[in-house]
Amino acid sequence: METDQYVIKQISIFSENRPGRLAAIAQAMEEEKVNIFAFSIAEADQFGVVRALVNHTEKAHKKLTSMGFIVSFTDVIAVRMRDEPGGLYAIAKVLGEAQINIDYAYAYSGRDAAVLILRVNNVKDAITTLLEHGVTLIENSFFR
Amino acid sequence: MVSWDPRIEEMPKEDLQRLQYRLLKTLVYRLYSFSEFYHERMKAQGVHPDDITQLSDVRNLPFMFKSDLREHYPDWLFTAPQEELVRYHVSSGTTGKPTVVGYTQRDIDNWTTSLARGLTSCGLGRGDVIQVSYGYGLFTGGLGLHYGAERIGATVIPASVGNTERQIELMQDLRATAIACTPSYLLHMGEVAEKMGVSIKKDTSLRSAILGAEPWSEEMRTRIQEWLGVRAYDIYGTSELYGPLFCECSEQTGIHMWGDLALAEIIDPSTGEPLEPGERGELTVTMLQKEALPMVRFRIGDITQIDDAVCLCGRTHPRIKRIQGRVDDMLIIRGINVFPSQVEHALMGIQEVGSHFQIVVDRKSELDTMLIRVEVSPEAFSDRINDLMKIRNTVAQRLKGSLNVAVDVELVEPGSLPRFEGKAKRVIDRRKI
Ligand SMILES: [Zn+2]
Repeated sequence: METDQYVIKQISIFSENRPGRLAAIAQAMEEEKVNIFAFSIAEADQFGVVRALVNHTEKAHKKLTSMGFIVSFTDVIAVRMRDEPGGLYAIAKVLGEAQINIDYAYAYSGRDAAVLILRVNNVKDAITTLLEHGVTLIENSFFR
Repeated sequence: MVSWDPRIEEMPKEDLQRLQYRLLKTLVYRLYSFSEFYHERMKAQGVHPDDITQLSDVRNLPFMFKSDLREHYPDWLFTAPQEELVRYHVSSGTTGKPTVVGYTQRDIDNWTTSLARGLTSCGLGRGDVIQVSYGYGLFTGGLGLHYGAERIGATVIPASVGNTERQIELMQDLRATAIACTPSYLLHMGEVAEKMGVSIKKDTSLRSAILGAEPWSEEMRTRIQEWLGVRAYDIYGTSELYGPLFCECSEQTGIHMWGDLALAEIIDPSTGEPLEPGERGELTVTMLQKEALPMVRFRIGDITQIDDAVCLCGRTHPRIKRIQGRVDDMLIIRGINVFPSQVEHALMGIQEVGSHFQIVVDRKSELDTMLIRVEVSPEAFSDRINDLMKIRNTVAQRLKGSLNVAVDVELVEPGSLPRFEGKAKRVIDRRKI
């Protein structure tokens, strides 16, 4: 099964947990005319990881690196959620039965449905499994 | 093994200690009788030369500090008249007045002998060409090494500091086999040489480096040895103790402090009490044969340990380990002495973080806390919080292991910690005591 079109490149940024860091990232994206689709912050007590889906990943990476941030690319998948109770559970169950671990997940509300972003330990298998179970995945072209 | 003076260098320990005691006793009588400064100090301490009846009684004598020398500028502590002096050296004080050191002919002889023993012990001698790239002049490094190297019959290139390209040319043309300089200057030479298309390892005869006058580390030694193809030896001394004075032997397991010239003690810098053998603390030196400017229990401010076991080289004189920090830099955290150099050392072995760090000390509800801020290295960055927490825990455990005190670790962005030119100010102490 062709899975490449469902692999989405997310940028991850290491950030100290202090005022202004988030604003600096947002401002840099604004200056570079980079569009942010989804955004999440995972926090430990003194540092955090900012994860974002943007339209120009290379441009964002270059800009943020030049500002001294550590930036990396991570492959994630985006799942269109059924807007009804139990939607998340269904996805977790399908992946769990296929022995695929979810490293983390975050959601954002898209134009017409909620979207769940997942980082899993095996992207290819996760895509195949989810598609086989009739789950709708969003193609990476959507985020360009 | 070749020794400069086997009779002294391999003297049985008991004999050496007996000799030290005799020299100490003589010194104390002389100072009590002829030095107003020592006379007053000893009276204030309630100790008379007659009370010194064994070597360990040295601990009853008063300490002497760098400030004593500054306060008696220029020569009020000298115990030899000016006409007996053959030389002055002057060290520029970082704060206030400089320190003047005078030398009688016997002082110069002892200094030179000490270096002759040291240079011989690391394999140098007649036939060697030694480039002395320490500063010549008021600073003790250049002239000290110069005299020592000449004494063992080596050929000296008195290159002094600077004009590095010329130094590299001379090193090649005159086939220098050894160099004496600061470790950072040697690294600089290596870089300049490469820019000139010269590999010190392949294109020169250099095989030994006598390095000192600034702190350095085992990691630096490894790097210098591998990169430049030399054996690197640590040399120690300060102008108050003549100058560069004691050197590592070919075993590279510590610096032999000649017991007939110096009596070394390790004390707790906060209490002044002597520490157990092998414990780390402040080096305190009594110079047993110094004439012009005696030094009794002089607190140099360097942190190290003494190894009194007979060296593999056969020499019986105690060895001090590489200087591990300065007393001024010492932090007392929950009663435990901690040195920033230990933090630096521990971090060097952890790939996931950079070598820059900052120490923040604070006191929360009567308990000292120590926070170490380190930069995550970009290669180690993972966007999973768990992976980052793992790095943090690794760093914390490694630090706890080497400092014996629990620390908090904060991961920060690369490049965000302050960089320093020269002496680094890495400690922020917020405790209000
Ligand atoms: Zn030895």
